[in-house]
Amino acid sequence: MELKKAATAGTMESGDVMVTLCPAQEGGVDLSLTSSVQQQFGRQIEAVIRDTLRKLGVEHAQVTAVDKGALDCTIRARVAAAVYRSAGETPERWEEL
Amino acid sequence: MERRFVKDRLRRSMMFVPGNNPGMISDARIYGADSIMLDLEDSVAYTEKDAARLLVHNALKTLDFGRKEVVVRINDLASGLGVLDLEAIIPAGVQVVRLPKTDSAQDVADCEAEIARIERKHGIPEGATGMMAAIESARGVLNAQAIAAASDRLIGVALGAEDYVTDLKTTRADGTELLFARSMILNAARAAGIAALDTVYSDVNNEEGFLAEVALIRKLGFDGKSVINPRQIEPLHRSFVPSEKDLKKAYAVMEAIREANARGSGVASLNGKMIDKPVVTRAKRLIALAEAVEEVEEV
Repeated sequence: MELKKAATAGTMESGDVMVTLCPAQEGGVDLSLTSSVQQQFGRQIEAVIRDTLRKLGVEHAQVTAVDKGALDCTIRARVAAAVYRSAGETPERWEEL
Repeated sequence: MERRFVKDRLRRSMMFVPGNNPGMISDARIYGADSIMLDLEDSVAYTEKDAARLLVHNALKTLDFGRKEVVVRINDLASGLGVLDLEAIIPAGVQVVRLPKTDSAQDVADCEAEIARIERKHGIPEGATGMMAAIESARGVLNAQAIAAASDRLIGVALGAEDYVTDLKTTRADGTELLFARSMILNAARAAGIAALDTVYSDVNNEEGFLAEVALIRKLGFDGKSVINPRQIEPLHRSFVPSEKDLKKAYAVMEAIREANARGSGVASLNGKMIDKPVVTRAKRLIALAEAVEEVEEV
């Protein structure tokens, strides 16, 4: 999916993650993560974010994620919401998400 | 998760959980409600509908809600959002779709057609997804009988009182204003053989008022009630537990029936009074309720 503009999804509430995406032309995914559970789960959170972007066909982006202890399913949902918002699209192939 | 919905089950409490609040969604099962209702409608701001849909989709696919019934309240179809909601939640395995603002049997039929189309698209057995209809207007109340009978997928009908009283040009008060709607919905549900679920009691700090309302709906015959705060679940469930005295009487009735059958007599009596069929039906129902409560509370 082609990112077209900066977009954000999620909140700063406990159990959530706020994801901000900016389109980029090159350089892969530049990810900046801040998490209340960074020590224990930082690598896992980063892997989930990168995996979700990959599945949605996002190759280049600047990503800022502020995590407040979100579960993996929440991280996937927020990253996807930010991607769709940035691309100006609506999910259609739900079975692939 | 068990995908197929169950028509007849314990539904004392159906807890509303805002569909865009991941913390509340992940904690939902710990509060003990019989049904969890993830809400995509009124508790989600218009600008967050897209994010909530993705969140609920992922939660349904991933989280283990145990033996709770999982319901999702969608937006009404006329808003244009309802179909988008269905597209997201049906492939994720929702058990029951709660349709808001149901005014007619046609509303149920329209929603069912969309559900069936999406089930086919994803290779889900047609009929796997259940439905319930929330009635929230004078027109809906007057059409309650047709609504409750409009689909085999329906597990129940519910009253949504805030919109209903506004439609009536009144406000919520002591319950008198809801008596007609509750009676219509209850009779419609019973005629169709499905559950009748009462509206929320929004003043969470007024336990006395809440308990009075619960006692009233229990007396009327409702199966349960929607709740908006986990604090309301325990007192609600307590009100639905049969009293020891009633339960003893129910077992005595069943014992008298067994004895009469053993004697080959078609007539049973208890304490000198003949036991007729409705008494037996009520005794069986009370025992079934007590057993269902016991089973749920063992988990």
